[in-house]
Amino acid sequence: MAPALLCAAAVLLPLGYLVVRSFGADAGQVGRALFRRQSLTQLSNTLLLCVAVVGVTTLTALPVAWLTSRTDLPMRRLWALALVMPLAIPGYLMAYALLSLGGAYGTAFHLTGFSVPRLHGFAGSLIALSVYNFPYMLLNLRAGLASYDTSLEEVARALGHRPIKMFFTVVLPQLRPSILAGGLLVSLHVISDFGVVSLMRYETFSYALYQAYQGAHGTRGAAPIALLMIALAGIIIVAELMLLRRVVLTRAGAGQARVRRSLRLKVWKLPALLFVCGLLLIGLVLPVFTILYGAWGVPSGRQWRSVSTSVIDSLSVSAPAAVAATLLALPIAYMARRYPSRWSLTLERLGFLGYATPPLAFALGLLVVTLGLVPGLYQTMFVLIYAYSLHFLAEAVGPIRAGLFSANPRLEEASRALGMGPVRTFMRVTLPLIRPGMIVSLSLVFLSVMKELPLTMLLAPPGFETLSMNIWQYTEEAMYASAAPYALVVLGVSALFVGVLVFNERGAA
Amino acid sequence: MPAMKSRRIYVPVLVLLFTTVLGAAQAGAEELVLYSGRSKSLVEPIVQQFTQETGIQVQVKYGKTAQLSVALLEEGDRSPADVFWSQDAGALGALVNAGMFAPVDEKTLELVPEVYRGADGEWVATSGRARVLAYSSARLSGDDLPASVFDLTDSKYHGKVGWAPANASFQSFVTAMRKTHGDDKTRAWLEAMIQNQAQVYPKNTAIIQGIAAGEIDLGLPNHYYLLRFKTADSAYPVEQTGFTSGDIGNLVNVAGAGVLKTSKHQDAAQAFVAYLLSPKAQQFFASDTFEYPVVADVIPSPKLQPLDQLREGAPQVDLDSLEDLQGTLDLLAEVGLR
Repeated sequence: MAPALLCAAAVLLPLGYLVVRSFGADAGQVGRALFRRQSLTQLSNTLLLCVAVVGVTTLTALPVAWLTSRTDLPMRRLWALALVMPLAIPGYLMAYALLSLGGAYGTAFHLTGFSVPRLHGFAGSLIALSVYNFPYMLLNLRAGLASYDTSLEEVARALGHRPIKMFFTVVLPQLRPSILAGGLLVSLHVISDFGVVSLMRYETFSYALYQAYQGAHGTRGAAPIALLMIALAGIIIVAELMLLRRVVLTRAGAGQARVRRSLRLKVWKLPALLFVCGLLLIGLVLPVFTILYGAWGVPSGRQWRSVSTSVIDSLSVSAPAAVAATLLALPIAYMARRYPSRWSLTLERLGFLGYATPPLAFALGLLVVTLGLVPGLYQTMFVLIYAYSLHFLAEAVGPIRAGLFSANPRLEEASRALGMGPVRTFMRVTLPLIRPGMIVSLSLVFLSVMKELPLTMLLAPPGFETLSMNIWQYTEEAMYASAAPYALVVLGVSALFVGVLVFNERGAA
Repeated sequence: MPAMKSRRIYVPVLVLLFTTVLGAAQAGAEELVLYSGRSKSLVEPIVQQFTQETGIQVQVKYGKTAQLSVALLEEGDRSPADVFWSQDAGALGALVNAGMFAPVDEKTLELVPEVYRGADGEWVATSGRARVLAYSSARLSGDDLPASVFDLTDSKYHGKVGWAPANASFQSFVTAMRKTHGDDKTRAWLEAMIQNQAQVYPKNTAIIQGIAAGEIDLGLPNHYYLLRFKTADSAYPVEQTGFTSGDIGNLVNVAGAGVLKTSKHQDAAQAFVAYLLSPKAQQFFASDTFEYPVVADVIPSPKLQPLDQLREGAPQVDLDSLEDLQGTLDLLAEVGLR
């Protein structure tokens, strides 16, 4: 309980900062910040985009998750691996790739002589954010499918259900926690995204927040907007909790799920392959190609050498932050699942609040708190790692929670009844069951930290430069050729982790 | 199994401890901390040369100018920064108002024309940039171009002009317009531009790419971005020009640096700021980053117009008056651009 409480307090600190800053502003300032004529448009834009992206990612990831884990699709593990890869691509790079494809001077025009329309606005944001968020949904769904119990399907089949009906009555309800967990992550991403929507020129709330922080006295006008965004996220977080409350999913029988049977695709094999190929083309081939092609160019030897220090800087925060976030998430998810009370569930939700707090506001809050309480730690790696692990805690909680859903508490009870202490029971019964989930947590946080920008820029010690900071700096100055090697390295390092993720699923099966 | 698990967790924890200790050790050494709102590519070569010539180490914290100035204001007198190098005069003004700068050495100030310093010498300009009119060379010819930035509200440019209201350089330009032509005329221009369907882009580079892609035909960026696009691709289908001499659309703005009052390395910090105005540094801005030098006797890039021609065409604006960013932000909010 103690680590969970500590964690909650830490998440609440930046929030406290925002509240104090809001009260620091006079009522007129707060009013002007919130009740602008664009506020309503920005609110509806944000909500619309949120719903659309969750819809598109669910509808595309569901068939892919099914195809790659439950059918005889050729090379299905390879497909899954490739389709999770876009996880390694920062959102703004994805938007940039889509943008440079179209238009009178776009990549498509250079290659074929014909130009395709350039994406922008709602459609552009929807496509870029869906491609970017697709892997999060896919991973959650695959985890759900991997740990779910096929014996229920056998029952349904024995009762004479046709496959389609079975999908809706048996498969989908079992996948509900996964869909909800994925949907929560995706919608929180959409709310906080600035890189994609600004490039696509679609005004959401994060645009207003960015503008507010641009101001000379920005922190005051910005705080109310940040709080409003958190409130919006809070509604989604609570909604997910309400929907989840009715789910009771543990296997009745043995601790291990039944070995699953692959469905034969027969004539559907070709369309299925074309479908995954198409997704792969947009999500992976296009952005990588854009980095290598056109203005970016293939990097020279000199450029590669300057990358190595950034690799070390990136890894030296990504790895510890991933471990710290996973260790923090463990007690939180465990308390919430095994001892569900108003307290423990609130704690779990607080983890998501850290994720929902706009990074810039989160960073400024931590900045003020560190300087006030422990100035000696200001701008050290310690604070940076601390910030990452709290901000990305939600990504770590989800997979562990999913694992706990399918780990039957009766096994733990049996272990206790047989005379094992609570610690040994946890180590020898619970931990092996949720290990795959923990690895997913580790990888997700690792990948997120690799891509992170606003927290890093404000909290990093001077002289510390991650890969993504370099990508941003060079693209900002229109020096795309210099940015390319950094982007390729982010892709490469992240690809390794995506590999770990997908092959780890074997253990979960 | 549990034993293996815990062993695996040791390694990152050790890494964590090690890096923390390393970070703390670094903080103890004597060196300058530079907060740079300018990107690494515009800063790193200068910093390296400075260290080579003086032996003073410089640790750079890169970020966006606006965010770093917010961070500096929050840090107050506990800021670890010695020097703030801002991409924009406006952000320097905010720190001047908060009383965070020590005066720059008289000798350094004297190197630049009076217009390129803070009112009481709190900061000094390091390089200049002009606001320009970028246009599609494929779809527009010289005759189609407006003579003044005020002509962009003409109906023939309906939906064809791109601007970046969230960009700091654009906001400085609006501040300059307010100081020169007054709030009412500026408000009228902003509203007419919105009425004329000016397209909102997030930044300068996006405006230029939008012109190349055919989304818009004209845009209002800083002068150096296009030159960088042209370096990578000489056939890039965008050109740029100025407005009529003295037009507010030709505003010349500066990047500048100041020494933090709280710096414990005042001498080294002053030496660094002075170095930014040395011939070597100024020549780097002129030839490598396509900016305008601010000291005499430095040759700008042949791709740029000569300095005296630039100054002649530029409107007379007191750069210190660009401090009034808040007034501009309020105006932008009033017309619905923020």
